[in-house]
Amino acid sequence: MELVPLLKRLSEASGVSGYEREVRAIVSEEFGRHADQVWVDTLGNVVAHKKGVGPEPRPSVMLATHMDEIGLIVSLVDEGFIRFRHVGGYDDRVLLGQEVTIHGRRDLPGVIGARPPHVLPAEERKQPIGRDKLMIDVGLPPQEVADLVRVGDLITMRRHLVELKGDLVTGKALDNRVSVVAAAACLEELSRMRHRWDVYAVATVQEEVGTKGALTASHGLRPDIGLAIDVTWAKQPGAPDEYTYELGEGPTIGCGPNFHPKLQEALVETAKALEMSYHIEPAARPGGTDAYALQIAREGIPTALISIPERNMHTPVETVSVKDIERTGRLLAAFVAGLDDDFVRRLAWEGELEEGPE
Amino acid sequence: MLLEELSNAFGPSGCESEVRKVLIPVLRDRVDDLMIDALGNLIAFKRGTAPEPRLKVMLDAHTDEVGLMITRLDKNGLLGFRAVGGIDERLLLAKGVLLGEKRLPGVIIAPPVHLSKPEERKKVIPIEQMAIDVGASSRDEAQGLVQVGDYATFDTRFEVLTRDGLRTVKGKAFDDRIGCAVAAAVAEGEYEADLYLSFSAQEEVGLRGARVAAFRIQPDLAFALEGTICDDMPKDKDVSPTTELGKGPAITVMDRSFIADKRLVQLLVDQAQALDIPVQFKQPGMGGTDAGAIHLSRTGVPSVALSVPCRYIHSPVSVASLEDFDHTVALLRASLQALPRAWQQA
Repeated sequence: MELVPLLKRLSEASGVSGYEREVRAIVSEEFGRHADQVWVDTLGNVVAHKKGVGPEPRPSVMLATHMDEIGLIVSLVDEGFIRFRHVGGYDDRVLLGQEVTIHGRRDLPGVIGARPPHVLPAEERKQPIGRDKLMIDVGLPPQEVADLVRVGDLITMRRHLVELKGDLVTGKALDNRVSVVAAAACLEELSRMRHRWDVYAVATVQEEVGTKGALTASHGLRPDIGLAIDVTWAKQPGAPDEYTYELGEGPTIGCGPNFHPKLQEALVETAKALEMSYHIEPAARPGGTDAYALQIAREGIPTALISIPERNMHTPVETVSVKDIERTGRLLAAFVAGLDDDFVRRLAWEGELEEGPE
Repeated sequence: MLLEELSNAFGPSGCESEVRKVLIPVLRDRVDDLMIDALGNLIAFKRGTAPEPRLKVMLDAHTDEVGLMITRLDKNGLLGFRAVGGIDERLLLAKGVLLGEKRLPGVIIAPPVHLSKPEERKKVIPIEQMAIDVGASSRDEAQGLVQVGDYATFDTRFEVLTRDGLRTVKGKAFDDRIGCAVAAAVAEGEYEADLYLSFSAQEEVGLRGARVAAFRIQPDLAFALEGTICDDMPKDKDVSPTTELGKGPAITVMDRSFIADKRLVQLLVDQAQALDIPVQFKQPGMGGTDAGAIHLSRTGVPSVALSVPCRYIHSPVSVASLEDFDHTVALLRASLQALPRAWQQA
């Protein structure tokens, strides 16, 4: 499977949390190629069901890859210029001078304007520009802007996916479209393998505003185990060493209270069997990914998290290694193919009741 | 559109070759002679139709743009850089750039918001702490791709924003490729005076190209053509927008680099009135142009600056109006045609 062309389509499509329609169409098509059935649930999650060969009732694993992206939303049209608020979290410092698309009555290209240094008092240049001073210019007269743009219109970054050297790619919304690509690669690989379990590959909505899609999808699908796939921080200047992982050294496997220790162990065993490089990523408290919602759906679901290292997270130039996406797809497929009829039983906190204190 | 090619061309100060290469084929049919001097100024000569001795007019537009230069290859393969020309360092984070001869794509990294402490987010990251990522993972790898001293520009493509009304366009380097486009446009046409069009290098690092071009040309008078400051976004305080988009060409009376020749200002105003072209006066005291170097050349040259208002100059992406551009070309053309007589009368 050619990962970069698919990632390019997904990255350049717009899909701010709650408005994932454009991305959803691409994901439905891609997941559909390798699944028995694809549908869209109430909240807008894309669910691809790929049946296993084990006897019914078959256990199932849910792969959660969120397809929404952070963005901006129009808050005021001011003399033809557009002021905005955030949907999810951009650092204000990266916004100045960016190109955007305003999804108004039609898509309007725009610019987050920067006053030229010639007119700026020296004092002002020593502080990051305040959120209240950022505004978007679409190059139209005020009346036309008022006709075309409304409060509440969504805004996305206007960036093409660019290939750098050494298998890196950079663009917007790679958080978390890279994981959607990994899930698609996993489905494709599984179509050449035998797997006993059912797989639900789910491209979830509204992760960036509180893992909402994963919450309802896991409730509806009731999987026996859940795997969330997301991005994590890659090493770079300005990011502390202890929370970051090298690009190109494979995915991370999460450990901590959000994750079932035996499930985590099984993923580690799979990576080792594939001779795949990986890192263990500790997370002292749950939060931030679809794994958060998965773990506490219904009666509780054993959950794990696989993450792809990414530089410049939550900017329009998020950067990842294609090799890491490919590895993640392969790790997922091998893990799913290795699930046997007894796996769920082995996850139980076995023995603890029987061997209770005298 | 010539402006599109000019805007997309790679040309930080001292590295203007690609801009010249866009201009040369366009100018060849419109002028009598072309030369490139030691600094990289492209000078076009267009003979006037009047009998000798003819008035000698210099039109100046600078070819260079603000950009970046690689100054450091780090162990981790990231590249340190400095600004070439005046760039507000606050707008550098998380931008795409193109580097060196091969136009290698890269990005200026930005720390992830989640791992930045709130007090850190209130600070401006100084340029010396920023880095460009081209995908190299070690200094050795970086060395095969780039060298210290390589130039970089923002990776911004020209685009039409709206086809009617103000006919706005966006792109990088409108300061001063839009001036180059004005000069190239007026090169089409017949004038009584001799025209010397100097597509000057290195304006952004101190008006260096125009100084030597003016010395060589020895003009009787000069027009600096610019894409100038337009600061007309809504603001809390009532400050001058310097110029406004869509209000026509901007005439400079005085800026930080020179005081315009009153007779030339009047010439432009009279012609605008005669043609019913809207004009505006640029707020005095803001910015500077090549006219600052030209007006002091040898024993002095009467000079004026005529500009197309451009929002967000010196940033990755500017916005301009093609209405303003067309009006600037029309006004300049008419003024040049009126020149020998008008100048004698003045």
